[in-house]
Amino acid sequence: MRRLGNLLPGKLAKLAAAAVLAFVLMAAAAPLLAPHDPAATDLFRRLQPPGWMAEGDWAYPLGCDALGRDILSRIIYGARVSIFIGVVVVLIATAIGIAAGLAAGYLRGWVDRVVSGLIDILLGFPYLIFAVGLMAMMGPGVLNMVMALAYKEWVVPARVVRGETLAARETEYVEAARAMGASSTYIMAREVLPNILSPVIVVASVRIAQVIILEASLSFLGLGVQPPTASWGSMVADGRGYILDAWWVSTFPGLAILLLVLSINVASQAVRDAMDPRFHD
Amino acid sequence: MTALLEVTDLVKHYPIDQGLFPRLLGRPAGGVQALNGVSLSIRAGETLGLIGESGCGKSTLGRAILRLHEPTSGRIRFGGTDIVGLDAPGLKAMRRRMQIVFQNPYASLNPRKSVGEILAQPLRLHGLAKGGELRARVGAMLESVGLRAEHAARYPHQFSGGQRQRIAIARALILNPEFVVCDEPVSALDVSIQAQIIDLLDRLKRELGLTYLFISHDIAVIGHVSDRVAVMYLGQIVESGPARAVLRTPHHPYTRALMSAVPRVDRGDDRAERVRLTGDLPSPLNPPPGCRFHTRCAFATEICRTTPPALLPLDDSRMVACHHFPVRPA
Amino acid sequence: MTDHPMPEPLLSITDLRVAFATRGGLVRAVDGVSLEVRAGECLGIVGESGSGKSVTFASVMGLIRPPGRIEGGSIRFGGRDLVGLDPAAYRRLRGREIAMTLQDASTSLNPALTVGTQITEVLLAHAEDLPAGHGPRRRAARQRAIDMMRLVGIPAAEGRLDDYPHQFSGGMRQRMMIAIALSCRPRLLIADEPTTALDVTIQAQVLELIAGIRATLGMSVVLITHDLGVVAEYCDRVAVLYAGQIVESGPTAQVIAAPRHPYTAGLLRSVPVLSDLDRPIQPIPGQVPDLVDLPEGCRFLPRCALAHAACHAAVPMRGLGAGRAARCVLAEAAP
Repeated sequence: MRRLGNLLPGKLAKLAAAAVLAFVLMAAAAPLLAPHDPAATDLFRRLQPPGWMAEGDWAYPLGCDALGRDILSRIIYGARVSIFIGVVVVLIATAIGIAAGLAAGYLRGWVDRVVSGLIDILLGFPYLIFAVGLMAMMGPGVLNMVMALAYKEWVVPARVVRGETLAARETEYVEAARAMGASSTYIMAREVLPNILSPVIVVASVRIAQVIILEASLSFLGLGVQPPTASWGSMVADGRGYILDAWWVSTFPGLAILLLVLSINVASQAVRDAMDPRFHD
Repeated sequence: MTALLEVTDLVKHYPIDQGLFPRLLGRPAGGVQALNGVSLSIRAGETLGLIGESGCGKSTLGRAILRLHEPTSGRIRFGGTDIVGLDAPGLKAMRRRMQIVFQNPYASLNPRKSVGEILAQPLRLHGLAKGGELRARVGAMLESVGLRAEHAARYPHQFSGGQRQRIAIARALILNPEFVVCDEPVSALDVSIQAQIIDLLDRLKRELGLTYLFISHDIAVIGHVSDRVAVMYLGQIVESGPARAVLRTPHHPYTRALMSAVPRVDRGDDRAERVRLTGDLPSPLNPPPGCRFHTRCAFATEICRTTPPALLPLDDSRMVACHHFPVRPA
Repeated sequence: MTDHPMPEPLLSITDLRVAFATRGGLVRAVDGVSLEVRAGECLGIVGESGSGKSVTFASVMGLIRPPGRIEGGSIRFGGRDLVGLDPAAYRRLRGREIAMTLQDASTSLNPALTVGTQITEVLLAHAEDLPAGHGPRRRAARQRAIDMMRLVGIPAAEGRLDDYPHQFSGGMRQRMMIAIALSCRPRLLIADEPTTALDVTIQAQVLELIAGIRATLGMSVVLITHDLGVVAEYCDRVAVLYAGQIVESGPTAQVIAAPRHPYTAGLLRSVPVLSDLDRPIQPIPGQVPDLVDLPEGCRFLPRCALAHAACHAAVPMRGLGAGRAARCVLAEAAP
C-alpha cells in the first residue's frame, strides 16, 4: 500500500485510482449489485424518470429507458462491456506491439521496414473511420469489435517499443549479452524488454481510456455490442431520440463514460509521472 | 610464439542511411570509414595496447574482432579459426573464448538484473553450470575480482563505479576465455580507482594466462599495461611495435604529437619543446587523400598529400606508416 | 598563511560548508573548505568525484540551488562577501567579473541559438564599454565577439559567428565556451574540467589557450581537474580535495615532488608515468567514504597505510611553511 502511495502522488490521483477500482469491482460484481435484470423490459415503466423526480420510483433510482429497463442496472452491466473491451483490446494490442516493436527496433533491416511501413499506413487512417469500416465488413459483435480495434491499436505500443528498443540495442549491456553468445530472441526478451516496460505500461494505461471511448462510439453507431446486451455507447444512442423529454436515458450512461475515462486518465498520468518523468506523449 | 589472433586488412564502413529515394535512384552510398585496412596480430599471453583519439576506430576494431560489429571485409583468424566465416553456432562457441570489458560500467550492466543473474547468464547460455554449482562459480568469480559472494544478491546501482567494473570483468571472465578486449576499461573511473582496476586486470591476466587487446586513449596507461602497442589514426594503424621502444622513441609524427600532448607530472622544463598539433581530427566521412594525417602534420610534403604511406616494417618488431620518419637509409 | 605580505587575494573562501538534503540523509558535499586565489595566479583544484571540488565553485558562482544549501562560511571576492548576495547583484557579477566554463561544452551551449547570438548576448548584458545607441552597440558587440573567437583560435571567425553549436567539433565548442566566458574580460575564470571530454591533442590546445589568455589578460584562473598532470603543467598552486575537505595545498611543484598528505602521495603513486613505465603503480585501496555518514576523524583513515591512534580525532589543516599545508597528523614529521 505504501508503494501505491508513492506511485500516485496527490489526492486527486488517489481518488481517481479509487474510482477506477470501484468501476472494476462494480463490473465484476454486477449480478450482485444490479437491482434489476438489465434486459427485463417493462412497458409500464417506459421513460420513467429518476427516483428523486416527481414520477420517479426509488426502486429505479436513475429511471428507465424507452423499453422500461432499469438504467442503473444497465450502467452496472455496461461497465463490464466497456472495461472488458478496453482491457482486452489494450492487452492484445500491447502484446502485438511489444513483439512487433522489439523485432523492428532490434533486428532492423527488412523487419523494421515492414513494421514501420505498416505503422505509417495505419496511422494514415482516422481511427474511428477505420474501425467503422472493419465493423461494417465483419459485422457487429463483441469479438469483432475487439479485433477491429486491436487491428489498429497495436500501432501505439509498437511505436513506443520500437523507439525504446532502438535506444536500448545500442547500450553496452546489450552488446555484452551478444558477446556472451546470447541469441536475438534472448536479448529482446531478457535484456531489452525489462528495461522498456515502464513506458509501455504507462501508454497502455492511457490507451484503455481511449479504447473505451472508441467502443462507446462504435456502440453508439450501432456497430458494436448488440442488444439486448447493455453498453454505455448504445445506451447513449438509445436515449438520443428522447433527449428533450427524458434526458436521463442518455445522460447517465454518458456520465459513466465521462467518469471512467477521466479517472483512468488522471490515474494513468500519475503512473506516468511516477514511472518515467521523461515520458511525454 | 604463434599468433593467437591475426587480423588481416580489416575494413569496416558504416553506411549512412540515405532513405528510400536516393537508394531508388541508385546514388552511391557514402559512409563512415571506421576501419580502413587494419592488420595486426596478438600473440598468446601478451597485451597489445591500442592507442588513439576518439573517432580513430579503435573501439570499432575491438568490436569487429568479436564480430559484435560485422566487418565489411578482411580476415580475422583466432586460434586458427576464421571468425568472419563462422555461422551462428560456431560463433556462439567462439564467444566462450573471446570476451570484452566495456568502458562505462554504468551502462554495461543491465540495471534490472541482480549481479548474480548477470554473472549466471553466460554460464546458463552455454549450459555450463546450474543449481548449486552455478551459485558456487558465481560466488568464486566475485571473490576473484575482489568482491564478496553475497554481493550476488544486490543490483548494479548499489555499487560504486569501480565495483561495477569489477562485476563487468567477472562477467567477461566467468566463461574462462583466452582473449579479452578491454575497451577503455578505466576511462570512466576515478584516478585512485583506475589503478585498482589496472592492477586487477594485470593479476587476472597472470593467474589465468589471458591475452588482452587493451584499448585506451591514455598513453601512460597503455604504456604501463602493454607488451606491444599500435597507434591508430582515422581508421588506420600508423605505428606499432614493442611498447617501451615505441613510447621511448616514437617515429610517426602523430605518435610524437600524442606523447607530447599528454600533461605529465614528470615533465621537466621541456614543455616548450612540444610538438603541437593544430586543427581538429578530419571527418571520417571524408578522410583526406594521401596520408590521412597530413592535414595536421608539421612535416607534410607533396607526397603526403597524394600517396598514402604503407605500414612498413622497420626492423623485426616495429612498423611505421610515414613517408619521412624515421629517416631511412637510401 | 599570514606569512605572505600580500594584498587581499581576489577570491578567498573561508570555512565554506555546503550540504545537500537527500533521501539518504544530509550529504556534506563541502565541509569547511578554505582557500584563496590571488590576482593573476592559476590555482589547480584536484579531487575525485564526490570530493566537493565542483560544488565549492558552484557556490562561488551562486549556483547552489535547493536541495543544496550553503550552511556556513564566507566567500569574499574583490572585497565583497558573496554568500547571501542578492540575485540581481550576482547576475551582474557572473559573466562580468567571474566566469565559469563547464565540463561538457556540448550541453552548455544552447543548441537553438547561433554561437554569435550567445556570445553577443553576454556582451550586451555585461560589457560596460560598448558605444551607446542600439545599432553601434550591436555592431561593437559583434566585432568584440569576432575578436574573442579569434583569440581562442577559431579559424574564419567572421564566417562562423552565425553557425549553430552542432556545426562545431568538440574542441571548437570548448573554445567557443571559453570565448563566451572570456568575452567580458572577467577577473576570474573558473574552468571546471575544461578538457575531460576532449582528446589529448585537443586538450593540450585548450589548456595552452587558457594559459596564454591568462598571461595576456592578467586574469586569475581556477582549474578544476582530476588530472595531476594538468595541474603539474599549468597551475602555480594546487589544492587537493578529499571527501569535502582540502587535505593538502601548496605550490604545485613542491606538492608533487614531496606530497605531505598520504592521499596526495597515493594519487601520485597510482597513476602510471611515461618517463618510468616500469615503475609499478600502487592503487589506493578502498573507496571514497559515504558523505552522509562520515567518520569523526581523518576521512582518509580507512584507506590510509599510515593510520594511527591520533587519526581518529578530527584533524585540522596544519601549516607547514613555504605556503604549504596538509590535513594529516604526520605532516610535521615529514621531511
